[in-house]
Formats: sequence, structure tokens, C-alpha cells
Amino acid sequence: MPFAGSEPTGDRYSVPVAIKILVAGGFGVGKTTLVSSVSEVRPLRTEEEMSEPSSLVDQLDGVELKTTTTVAMDFGRISISDDLVVYLFGTPGQRRFWFMWDELAYGALGAVVMADTRRLADCFPSIDYFERNGMPFVVAVNCFEDARRYPIETMRSALNLTEDVPLLLCDARERASSRDVLVALVEHAVARISSGRYVTPAR
Amino acid sequence: MRVDGRERVVRPYALTAGRTKPSGAPIDVAAVVSVAGGMLGFDRATEIMSQLGPEHLRMLRCCRPPASVADVATELDLPLGVVRILLADLRERGLVRIRQPVPPGLHDTALLKEVADALRRL
Repeated sequence: MPFAGSEPTGDRYSVPVAIKILVAGGFGVGKTTLVSSVSEVRPLRTEEEMSEPSSLVDQLDGVELKTTTTVAMDFGRISISDDLVVYLFGTPGQRRFWFMWDELAYGALGAVVMADTRRLADCFPSIDYFERNGMPFVVAVNCFEDARRYPIETMRSALNLTEDVPLLLCDARERASSRDVLVALVEHAVARISSGRYVTPAR
Repeated sequence: MRVDGRERVVRPYALTAGRTKPSGAPIDVAAVVSVAGGMLGFDRATEIMSQLGPEHLRMLRCCRPPASVADVATELDLPLGVVRILLADLRERGLVRIRQPVPPGLHDTALLKEVADALRRL
């Protein structure tokens, strides 16, 4: 059955409805692992204008004229039907990549913020970002084998999460676990939309 | 940048004749591109073909069935910025249609529940 949103094209194909989901978090937290456990992941390259903060971080000696930088994102696709496709974008969560987030966030259903209890602060910029622009997000704590386990409530208060933001434990290597994280995000977004608290991020 | 194990000879922005911004409306990374239907007259088709490069033609082949901008970029192994510019060229000539993702606030929740159910079956 075609969805209301899909539309016919000039040829025999219909154009599927695209659902965009972002996967954020610090370096090495498991974004690539999560995206690849639920979809076929491919690297997507962008060439971005370098922002001032990143030019302070990235070593530019000798290449002072370089004004763009290549940023790689993880891109995954889950085809639900001919009419409905979910796209996952895993991108660096550091504050200096926020200029990319503004564009990615537009039209996105929501975000998964991944956290590692050994380096909890790495996910703060991502949480900050989504709290500011009002996009629904869930926090997925990736349970690394050698990381200490903490009670959910301890982690919630360490992250200073408001009550309505779901926090889940996950093992990003496990397809079922990563899938549960995505389901939690979609359900959270539905709840937000139903209660009229969904804010569409401005471009 | 490598293609088939060899270094690509052409720098990415050479493909866009040095342009760094696409023409027309912004093109979202998750926008879906489809090949526009309809027949062109011989003269018009010849004129358009003479304005297109090999990447444009590979791009058209990629979008049948319709594909997202990100799909096209990974398939052609080109940076997103370059792909946006080349897609805008095709749009300008009426060869493709580009459909932006619907902001989810405007989606009906029945569709999203369908998404959640489908994900559960993964």
C-alpha cells in the first residue's frame, strides 16, 4: 500500500518518503558500530567551509589558504518499503561541527545521542545542541565491556536530563539492541508530536 | 580520492567548473531525487546532452529508482558539496525532481508508528 506521502514520478517509480535520523556523540563512542549493526553503512564525504573554531584546532601551518575541510559521516539506509526509507547519519558531535548539524538537523525526525560512561562529558555538546533546537532525542549509553555500570538514575542526573528524555543502555554491536534504540527514538518523537511539543528546527 | 584502486585524476571541484554553491533552492542530504518523466524533442535533448558531463549522466542512472542525495554521493564517491551542485544543474534543466524531506512535525503520527513497527521487525 503506498503511503499518503509518497508520490508518483514521471516514470514507473514512486518517490519514497524519507525519514532522517541523526546519530551523535563523542569520538569513539560507537556511532559507526550502531549505524552498521542496523544498516549497510557507507562513508559519506563532505567538503565543508572551515569555521573559525575548527581552524584553531586543525593544524593549518603551511596550508593557510585552505578554507575547506573534508568531514566524513556515516551514512546508513534502512528500506522499510518502496515508499518509506529511513536514513541514518552519524556525525562528529564536537562543538566545532555544529555548523554541519544545523543543516543535518533540518527535517530530521530526531537524534540518538550516544554516551560512554568512561567519558560521559563527550556527549554534553550533543545534548546541549538538541536541547537548544528542540529536536526529540534519546540518550543511548553504549555498554563497553570494561566500563563500570551505573544505575540509570545516577546517569540521568550526571547528564542533567529532563524527565521526558529517554535514556537506554545498549550494546551497539547487537542489531537488536541498536534497533531498540531507534524504536525508542521514533516512539519518543511520536509522543512529542502527539502532545504538540514538537518544534521543527529552523534552517 | 580513489576509484577502482587508482587515484582520481580530476579534483572534485573541477567537475563543477570551480563552482562551490548549487543554484536554486537548498538541497537536503536526505532529499530524494527522481528522474523527471516526459520526452524531449531531438534538438532539445541534443542541446542538453552537450551541456552535461559524464558525472551528470552517472547521476541520472543512479536516480532510477529514486535515490537520496546521500545515496548518490556514496554511489558516485563524490563529496556532498559537489553532488549538490551537479544535481542542481540537472534540476535547472528539468531532468530531475528533488523532493525535500517532510519536516516530521508535519508527518501524521500513523506513518511514524508504521516506521516504529517496521523497525521492530528488523
